[in-house]
Amino acid sequence: MGDRIQLAHGGGGTLMQQLIHQELRALYADPAQVLHDAARLELPHGPLAFSTDGYVVQPLEFPGGDIGSLAVTGTANDLAMAGARPLHLSVGLILEEGLPLELLRRLVASMAMAARGCGLTIVTGDTKVVERGKADGVFLTTSGIGVVEAPGPIDPTAIRPGDQLLVSGDLGRHGVAILAARHGLALQPPVLSDCAPLWPQVSALLEAGVRIHCLRDLTRGGLASALQELAEAAEVELAIEEGRLPVLEPVARSCALLGFEPLHLANEGRFVVAVPPQARDQAQALLAASGGAWIGSVRPATGAGARVLLTTALGTERLLVPLSGELLPRIC
Amino acid sequence: MSSPASGQVAELAAALAATASRPWTVMEVCGGQTHAILRWGLDQLLPPGLRLIHGPGCPVCVTPAERIDAALELAARSGVILCSYGDMLRVPGSTMGTDLLGARASGGDVRLLTSPLQAIALARGAPACQVVFLAVGFETTAPATALLLRQARQLGLANLSVLLAHVRVAPAMEALLLDPATQVQGFLAAGHVAAVMGSAELRELVARQRVPVVVTGFEPADVMAGLLQLVQLLEAGTPALANAYGRVVRERGNGAAQALLREVFVVEDRPWRGLGTIAAGGFGLAPAYRGFDAIERFGLAPTQDGRPRPNTPCISGPILQGRAIPPDCPAFGSACTPEQPLGAPMVSSEGACAAYHRYRRQSP
Repeated sequence: MGDRIQLAHGGGGTLMQQLIHQELRALYADPAQVLHDAARLELPHGPLAFSTDGYVVQPLEFPGGDIGSLAVTGTANDLAMAGARPLHLSVGLILEEGLPLELLRRLVASMAMAARGCGLTIVTGDTKVVERGKADGVFLTTSGIGVVEAPGPIDPTAIRPGDQLLVSGDLGRHGVAILAARHGLALQPPVLSDCAPLWPQVSALLEAGVRIHCLRDLTRGGLASALQELAEAAEVELAIEEGRLPVLEPVARSCALLGFEPLHLANEGRFVVAVPPQARDQAQALLAASGGAWIGSVRPATGAGARVLLTTALGTERLLVPLSGELLPRIC
Repeated sequence: MSSPASGQVAELAAALAATASRPWTVMEVCGGQTHAILRWGLDQLLPPGLRLIHGPGCPVCVTPAERIDAALELAARSGVILCSYGDMLRVPGSTMGTDLLGARASGGDVRLLTSPLQAIALARGAPACQVVFLAVGFETTAPATALLLRQARQLGLANLSVLLAHVRVAPAMEALLLDPATQVQGFLAAGHVAAVMGSAELRELVARQRVPVVVTGFEPADVMAGLLQLVQLLEAGTPALANAYGRVVRERGNGAAQALLREVFVVEDRPWRGLGTIAAGGFGLAPAYRGFDAIERFGLAPTQDGRPRPNTPCISGPILQGRAIPPDCPAFGSACTPEQPLGAPMVSSEGACAAYHRYRRQSP
């Protein structure tokens, strides 16, 4: 079938059948489902969570992951943020004419592995091929269904003054990995993306009986943007202790070099959680195993409105504001 | 998060409080230091009489609007690849709302470089195109541009040129002191410029203007140690040059970089955005390198005096001169934000307005 994707691979004829049966089969836990127009699902009782997301990352492969692992894990993580165990996923592929087949094979294998890692099955999909120049190699869209296992609502409006804030692991690594790959920066040792499923950590909190008020995964915009969104939605002030934020040395160093704030960098396997004060120590113990940490607490909003205040490691205070515009490396 | 040596900073803050017997006003020249001061809230640790004013040391901020206009004009031409550093792409030209990112969105070929030498590969990879590097910055980035030009000349690259906007810091410091309204009693000088240029220029400045200058770095402890030495010199009435950044800055600087600068550039009077033309304030191309001047190659209008247009509410001039702070500006945080900057100091991560907007919008 040649070594590159051709327009005919999306044309509905024999080449397309070959693509689906030979190359994309590895995506599916049950290959028989490929032949149907829709998957028939047996779902557990209880409320369902449903989420969708598009993935357009460049480069397609980066240290610690690729667009395939990102597309599966990202949507699974959105479900986990609703307190739901991820169950099933659909995958839409938009392939650019000329895409090396070998690269597609690696991405498909990576998606299948990520699905197993997330404990979900890919049950249906769609493939389109567009002319060269009309897409950036591969675009992926995934939609997922999960069953909600959290006993109460998980929502920014459930955040209360006095709640305690924790993050599930070290911050900023995915952003540094992508920026280094994109700008040709050879970091030694390389910084790997933090792309990882979040449900295992959420499930551990729920099983231990930790009452979760809110979860938010730290994707584009990083912790700073997530915290600002939570502060505004809950109409509270968040007080963060900079000295408690887990940022690994290579990430901090790269940021100092490029003029970035580590708290603005994307993550793909991290969340921030708000729990009532009495649950703080238990949540901290459960998350510490994976590098998580307590980072601050929730206060009533003052006259200055919803905001995020950071106490620096020097004991001074400053605002923590979301990223503005595009992340661009500085001049010197 | 990486430790900013909080014990050391606290000790330096205590020493500063014990040393300062009266009010002093000093300028940190470099935007990197302004950023560190606001990022770490260092001003909250200073004795009440010690006032910091923020200097013009933000390379993006002082690049004249006409240079940005020239870059925008070139980016709009077909067959031109316009490249520069990341934070130059969002600097507005003299018409509000125009920048290189906008030029790219309109179909211009605008590329972001992390090293000027990448322009060589661009030029070789696109022989039918003209590659123009918008070369900005102080003595810190000028040697890298010089290296680019030396290599381009050796390779005989005919499709590469530079829009030159490199400026020299020491003459700008002197120009600020010559302003009769200046309040600056001493300078914190930028460690990375001194690492390249050495101490000679600053020593001459100190001798001529009789003000103390302390070279320092960008970590919280560096800034605090620099301030302590500066206040000690002020209290003692000693206009001297001191180096609080000995781990990086050597007396003679970087000889190889200085040799490159001498080979490729000549010292010229140059306009600084917001400050006007500064005598010997920047670099032009040496005769052997004139052929790489994009202004001549494309027949563009030469740069004017760098003064802001009177029809904008932006007060970047007084801010870059240290005569105003960003919250003094009526547009700050309302008409002018990092998303819609009216002036360059709101764009760059080293600009004073961006630093205030990011860390201080509602004061804690």
